[in-house]
Amino acid sequence: MVKVKIGVIVFPGSNCDHDAHYVAETIMGQDARLIWHKEGSIGDVDVVVLPGGFSYGDYLRCGAIARFSPVMKDVVRFAHNGGLVIGICNGFQVLTEAGLLPGVLLRNKSLLFICKYLHLRVENAHTKFTHRCESGEILEIPIAHGEGNYFTDPETLKQLEDDQRIVFRYCDRSGKVTDDANPNGSLSNIAGIINKTGNVLGMMPHPERASDPVLKHTDGRKIFESMIQSVNSQLQRAESLVAERSL
Amino acid sequence: MYHSKVFVTLKKSILDPQGKAVEQGIHSLGFDAVGDVRIGKYIEMDMDTNSREDAERMTKEISDKLLANLVMESYSFTTEPVKE
Repeated sequence: MVKVKIGVIVFPGSNCDHDAHYVAETIMGQDARLIWHKEGSIGDVDVVVLPGGFSYGDYLRCGAIARFSPVMKDVVRFAHNGGLVIGICNGFQVLTEAGLLPGVLLRNKSLLFICKYLHLRVENAHTKFTHRCESGEILEIPIAHGEGNYFTDPETLKQLEDDQRIVFRYCDRSGKVTDDANPNGSLSNIAGIINKTGNVLGMMPHPERASDPVLKHTDGRKIFESMIQSVNSQLQRAESLVAERSL
Repeated sequence: MYHSKVFVTLKKSILDPQGKAVEQGIHSLGFDAVGDVRIGKYIEMDMDTNSREDAERMTKEISDKLLANLVMESYSFTTEPVKE
């Protein structure tokens, strides 16, 4: 199997970039590379990771300045061409600011920065990011954010629900989606959503912090495995097409 | 030269927990008559133009595209000539 090329964008103030790179390269055994935000191109990568952190010190609003980084133009192009993009935490905030995902992430209702393990229910296991999970499966993955309170207008929320684009919801240990299990006040307990075409995912929890067995939690790996397998089957399809044509 | 002052606040329909926390502080200070405290951002900038229309157009475009996120925030601004 060819290694999948995973590019992790590094903004000034990103701080989960090396974790994502470590998981992609060392844990998942793929070809990972860090891409400085001033690059004009992301190169020939198959997957783009917008990592967690505090890009540009969260000045003005989380993600508001990062979306103007030179590399983002190419990330937007890549996303519009169907490339897989995952935004984790601050990366999710950048994706909403860049208009690749709808809505916005408000200050946590409690005003507290919350850093802890919690449970997510996989609401849609038929995406390129979650097909290695079961529908309704409960994942234990940590969050670490001060602005993760997902908000959007009622029409957009309804559209997200109707199109099954809410991929993860905060839930309790048994999988029940309750107010008590909602850490930040997110609308409808939303922890992660996907775009219309299914190739851009934003999530507040950190799968890269739950992938190394040393840390005891490995549920986050399923998301990396799903992405890698999606790229591989896409590559295989492309190869067999080429083979058919050359017959 | 023109000078713009932009005020960005969370929309009325959006809960402002920071404003609520400050409101509690104001009440603790003994000002019970105070309510509906909202926190916002204040941005000022100079613009190298002699046209008010230009300055206002720039301020609006910058506010729409960068200073405010219209999903959750609204803004207002004033633009005045700078005395040289």
